[in-house]
Amino acid sequence: MKQERKPHIGLFVTCLVDLMRPSIGFAAVKLLEDAGCSVDVPAQTCCGQPAYNSGDRGTTRDIAEQVMAAFEHYDYVVAPSGSCAGMIKAHYPELFADDPNLLPKAEALADKTYELTSFLVDVLGISKVDAAFSGTVTYHDSCSGLRELGVKTQPRKLLSSVEGLTLVEMNESDVCCGFGGTFAVKYSDISGAIVGAKARNIEEAHTRTLLAGDLGCLMNMAGKLSRDGKTIEVRHVAEILAGMTDEPPIGAPTAKPAK
Amino acid sequence: MIVHTTSPQFKRNAARALADTQLQKALGNVKQGFIDKRRKAAEKLPEFEGLRDSARDIKNHTLEHLDLYLEAYEAKVKASGGHVHFARNADDARDIILSICREAGAKTVTKGKSMIAEEIEINGHLQANGITPVETDLGEYIIQLRNELPSHIIAPAVHLNATQVEQDFRRVHKDLDPKRDLSQPVQLLTEARAVLRERFFAADVGITGANFLVAETGTSIIVTNEGNGDLTQVLPKTHIVLASIEKLVPTLEDASQILRVLARSATGQEMSVYTTFSTGPRRASDADGPENYHVVLLDNGRSAMLGSDFEEMLRCIRCGACMNHCPVYHAVGGHAYGWVYPGPMGAVLTPSLIGVDKAGHLPNATTFCGRCESVCPVRIPLPKLMRHWREREFERHLTPATFRSGLAFWGFFAKRPALYRLVTRAAMGALGFAGRHRGRFKWLPLAKGWTKYRDFPAPQGETFQARWKRERKGKAA
Amino acid sequence: MSARDDVLANIRRSLGVKGTETIRRNIVAERLEHAPKGLIPARGQVSGEERLALFKTQAEAALATVTEVASSADVPLSIALFLRSHNLPASLRMGDDLRLKAMPWTETALDISHGPSEGHDLNAVSHAFGGVAETGSLVLVSGPENPSTLNFLPDNHIIVVAAKDIAGDYESVWNRVRFTFGKGGMPRTVNWITGPSRSGDIEQTMLLGAHGPRRLHVVVVSE
Repeated sequence: MKQERKPHIGLFVTCLVDLMRPSIGFAAVKLLEDAGCSVDVPAQTCCGQPAYNSGDRGTTRDIAEQVMAAFEHYDYVVAPSGSCAGMIKAHYPELFADDPNLLPKAEALADKTYELTSFLVDVLGISKVDAAFSGTVTYHDSCSGLRELGVKTQPRKLLSSVEGLTLVEMNESDVCCGFGGTFAVKYSDISGAIVGAKARNIEEAHTRTLLAGDLGCLMNMAGKLSRDGKTIEVRHVAEILAGMTDEPPIGAPTAKPAK
Repeated sequence: MIVHTTSPQFKRNAARALADTQLQKALGNVKQGFIDKRRKAAEKLPEFEGLRDSARDIKNHTLEHLDLYLEAYEAKVKASGGHVHFARNADDARDIILSICREAGAKTVTKGKSMIAEEIEINGHLQANGITPVETDLGEYIIQLRNELPSHIIAPAVHLNATQVEQDFRRVHKDLDPKRDLSQPVQLLTEARAVLRERFFAADVGITGANFLVAETGTSIIVTNEGNGDLTQVLPKTHIVLASIEKLVPTLEDASQILRVLARSATGQEMSVYTTFSTGPRRASDADGPENYHVVLLDNGRSAMLGSDFEEMLRCIRCGACMNHCPVYHAVGGHAYGWVYPGPMGAVLTPSLIGVDKAGHLPNATTFCGRCESVCPVRIPLPKLMRHWREREFERHLTPATFRSGLAFWGFFAKRPALYRLVTRAAMGALGFAGRHRGRFKWLPLAKGWTKYRDFPAPQGETFQARWKRERKGKAA
Repeated sequence: MSARDDVLANIRRSLGVKGTETIRRNIVAERLEHAPKGLIPARGQVSGEERLALFKTQAEAALATVTEVASSADVPLSIALFLRSHNLPASLRMGDDLRLKAMPWTETALDISHGPSEGHDLNAVSHAFGGVAETGSLVLVSGPENPSTLNFLPDNHIIVVAAKDIAGDYESVWNRVRFTFGKGGMPRTVNWITGPSRSGDIEQTMLLGAHGPRRLHVVVVSE
């Protein structure tokens, strides 16, 4: 019997995971390797979304071309983020719509790019992970993943296979957390109100842990919960699915405070 | 015409709205009142998604042939004995309406709900010329008493509670018994009904908007739940329809397609209570109805949107679903947007109509969560159109200079992966070290907006790319 | 240039057309002539008893009340009973509709008057042009037979509709309108009415009887 070649994955780490929380990237690598993929991480910076959403198409295109070149030769591109995967999948083709040379490249990249949980479930057909987590979790649907990529059932399906884990749905799990990239800083009053409403819904779910698939949203919610003195742990869904919960939750100390 | 707008002060408006506890309570009614009902109505009709496609296609087809449908419509209105007046801008429309009212010797004008009437500020113009305009939609009547703009395109008084309405009624309805009980909303409704009944009969002219104009028959269509639009047009001698040019649809069948998604998207009703198709003035044998029928067709910047990046906005049927589902609207309400059209549709349309220099905040004050697009009955890609406004602002250097230079600084590194890795490695190392005890920062330089409301989680320290290189170096990849 | 010419010229400039292109003109003429139906929900595509039952369910969901009578001769008594059961005065305003006029009103004690409403009538009856089962809507056309004011001014509006005139969808009613008034022709007003008047403008709480009738009662004549 001929053994099929392992799917070769280019991991799009995302700038936030790269800078803020590398453990999410390693969790993604573990999930992909456990699923029989080989994973590589080419040199990268960002998908270009901050420039794109600020109206700077020129810079966005420069960055996008860089991403298209770096990830050209992989079978798939996987990102532990619906937002960055959505940028590549939904917006790169739009960005090069008027460029007959680069449009095919943008479309080719878009076609093979996936958000992590949807890649595991929809492409690899995985329904179970080998992980355990004792406690209750609630899951926030990040907007881009949900509405641009249809990520909704996939993370829940995988979470339901985690031993000892109970998922409790919060109210309005599909409503924005108020992050919105630079919005959170430029319109901080409004962003603060939106994340305040989100925090109330999270709290009312009474779970030990809050999960989501996008670090931007997670940092926003974690920052609000800790500011309000809440003890809910906040983690990326990949950390739980990979069974990698040794690192402290988002916004929790890594070292004991000096006495 | 001078446009009265506070859109340039959006941030201040928003801060004030967020601090207004009464408003915040009233805004809860938006979530309660609309979202579930829309979802249920959509789920109950298996063809709903297909009808959204159909509605989008009808509008696109009409816009592509708008000149010809306008001509066909005009000919039909004339054939039915009505008059059509084109208005290039708000000033044109105001002049036309005033002269029709004068010709009718009007002292009182009743009005059905019309966003176009708000856009051209017709009430002030009539008043300044000695004619009394009376809003008859309950919500519009309430905000007219308060001298406010609507805060929602289908629920104009959604920002108010019953106690405020009671105070307004007591203040204005002075000839009624001051000891009357108005503690229940139904008593407020009954009082408004009685007061406005008299106005309906006193009116010389009735002005309504139009949800659709039908080229096939020269018909104007209004949709209401109260019946006020019907009394506005059937009782006075003269009926003026005030509509913008993109309200055209080709046929009665096309209107029926879109009507199937309108009420469901707006209020979650299967169909609004009154859908009224009006064609020309009363006929020779008719026992009632207006003797004169005028249509004022307003352009006011719309023809310039055709063929542009913003053409898709002209599909809008003013259902309000986008704002009903918008987290920003839920947080600040409609008045913060500073002009006639609030919410996501306003964030796209307002810059088109009053200029992005004045309304520049609106397409920026969104998280791009995409919930508006997901419920839009004519599938307008609202986030994409808002992004197009941001591109215009960036091109025209309307983006704030500090933000621009920050973006350029970031872009410089983002375009240079090797340098980026070097710099971020050092920066994250330092930041991770500084935050290792608490795991978060309560304050960070250059991140005041963030840390005003939430902590900034500390990075783990080493970047992913650095650690990857360290751990996997030499391993087969 | 007139405002009309300006607006049309601006539209054409934006669309990049002259307005004289034969292909565009043909496309528009064709659509206006043939009025394609689009997507018709399957819900209304039922007939006979099933359609009637759907109409009734939908009208009641819109908070109308519905009664069925076997023949038009039974209508006056049915309406008299309706008014009495709601403690409403035994008076009724109607237009010159021949179908209504032919009904045996003298068998009841109802005080009947004719003509449009001047605002003092508590009760009115109209004869519908048709009904639409899909949403439980009634279709009324203006004219001396059924003046439009009767639809809106009285507190209680009663609409008589023949079961055979209840269609599954709006499009079927438009076909009948075209047959009656000629292609492209319309009466001054066509009213679709789906339930009694209401408003949710105060705190988004729905209240009946905003400006129009507080009650909408439908009498379906089976014959």
